[in-house]
Amino acid sequence: MIAGRLSLAAALVIAISAGPAPAQDKLKVVATFSILADLVQNVGGDRVEVSALVAPNGDAHVYAPTPADARTLGAAQVVVTNGLGFEGWIERLVKASGTKAAMAVASKGVKPRRAESDHDHGGSDPHAWQSVGNAKIYVANIRDALVKADGAGKTTYEANAGAYLAKLDALDNEVKTTIARIPADRRRIITTHDAFGYFKDAYGLDFIAPQGVSTESEASARDVASIISQIKKQKIPAVFLENVTDPRLLKRIGEESGAKIGGTLYSDALTDGNGPAPTYIDMMRHNVRQLATALMS
Amino acid sequence: MYDILIAPFVDYEFLRRALVGVLALALGAGPVGVFLMLRRMSLMGDAMAHAILPGAAIGFLFAGLNLFAMTAGGLIAGFVVALLAGLVARATEIKEDASLAAFFLISLAVGVTIVSMRGTNIDLLHFLFGSVLALDDQTLLLIAVIASFSLVVLAVIWRPLVLECVDPGFLRSVSRAGAPVHVAFLALVVMNLVGAFHALGTLLAVGLMMVPAAVGRFWARDVTAMIVIAVGTGIFSGITGLLLSYHTAVPAGPAVILVAGVLYAGSVLFGRVGGLAQRLLPTRHLEA
Repeated sequence: MIAGRLSLAAALVIAISAGPAPAQDKLKVVATFSILADLVQNVGGDRVEVSALVAPNGDAHVYAPTPADARTLGAAQVVVTNGLGFEGWIERLVKASGTKAAMAVASKGVKPRRAESDHDHGGSDPHAWQSVGNAKIYVANIRDALVKADGAGKTTYEANAGAYLAKLDALDNEVKTTIARIPADRRRIITTHDAFGYFKDAYGLDFIAPQGVSTESEASARDVASIISQIKKQKIPAVFLENVTDPRLLKRIGEESGAKIGGTLYSDALTDGNGPAPTYIDMMRHNVRQLATALMS
Repeated sequence: MYDILIAPFVDYEFLRRALVGVLALALGAGPVGVFLMLRRMSLMGDAMAHAILPGAAIGFLFAGLNLFAMTAGGLIAGFVVALLAGLVARATEIKEDASLAAFFLISLAVGVTIVSMRGTNIDLLHFLFGSVLALDDQTLLLIAVIASFSLVVLAVIWRPLVLECVDPGFLRSVSRAGAPVHVAFLALVVMNLVGAFHALGTLLAVGLMMVPAAVGRFWARDVTAMIVIAVGTGIFSGITGLLLSYHTAVPAGPAVILVAGVLYAGSVLFGRVGGLAQRLLPTRHLEA
């Protein structure tokens, strides 16, 4: 009993001496959407207080900023954006909020790929985090931004980033070995949202989408017809739903073409704690498992 | 010719389903639209369509994209708004249109709030636009049942309904059917809108109801002929709109309503009953 209390006391002492700074001293970081917020949290650890403007399960493409968001931004010390034209609304929001926060673009240094359809995001595909290699660039950028804003935490940030980067390396390997087990001629799927361009380039799995790069456009009869004939012609084995676009349309396509309807893939929003993808690593792992199950059955 | 007009429907099941859906909608909503127009309530359909949103949204929150939850929610919200608006208009000084405007706007605001409170903002787009290309068996069945039901009810209440449109005072003097017929008719409006809502979304659900009716008005003087023309216009717009969407990649729902809009523009110019050309030519003839 006494020993228990002592160790508890010892734990408390350690927590106080080495542990988190009090809440008001934490570095206030605002990330534009949930995936970035997760990366920032992993690098910043206890020294930062992260909030995401677009909540888990929300769609950053059609997000409408609220006055509360402007207030959050106003109080922020660092704002982390994805860049590549992903958050078309952020510039105006930053101006409106009058924030003095340091701006950091997480995708700086990522080699942008052309969007598959040409009507959005100024032509480049913003979903760079779908390749773990790019996520590592994101982490490095976030680390540098945090160090710049809060020099006292340099060692913590560098240690956290180092540990997280090692995890990402393991994740990258896991994705590669899982994809390698799928027969090469079955590495093709259809999904509602073509946010997987970087995934395709990095891991060699073909994603074909019935809609454009953005979720803003409504599918026409011609789009749906061409995707169905494509499935039939190329014998595409699986169709995937996604958490941000119309599932009814996908179901119809699956039924009519005979392709297997896979589970949900998460592309540009994490789920909340109860969902299958509360963190970036969980999301990538979940996606690749879903893909493997559907394509290997 | 075959390739342009028939082949798409032969090749693709989803287009056949969309076709059946819009045909059923045209059959059910056309006559209802004509009566709405004759009673000078053309804009009421639009108001009701927006009033449906919160009901469908609540249904969506409880059960996801579940047909029955969203339909039941939409029906309840529509009825509540229609009845409340009518009650307030009769019990107070305010006119029915103002009362309806107030209620549907409140309802719409509630709907948008509910949808956005769940943190997901994309779902609202599905409510606003629907998906005529993604009709499953249940939805088709629902639309067909609503269309059949509203045709049967219209047949039953036909005489008092026509009378109430042209001479409500006379109807009141010979029968007390006026109020129940009015309520039954409102129910038909709400039901048809909820059916159309699944295929076309809240914004365009009214389109297949009112635009064909307005076209009918330009070509016929008696109610029956007006309805036949309205239904015909609806069917033509449905088929042509889907083909347009198939050949030119215009979104399907708007394409259907746009075709009806072109027919309306033609009718305004050349309509036999009160069209512009017809109004201008006889005057010249008389002067000569």
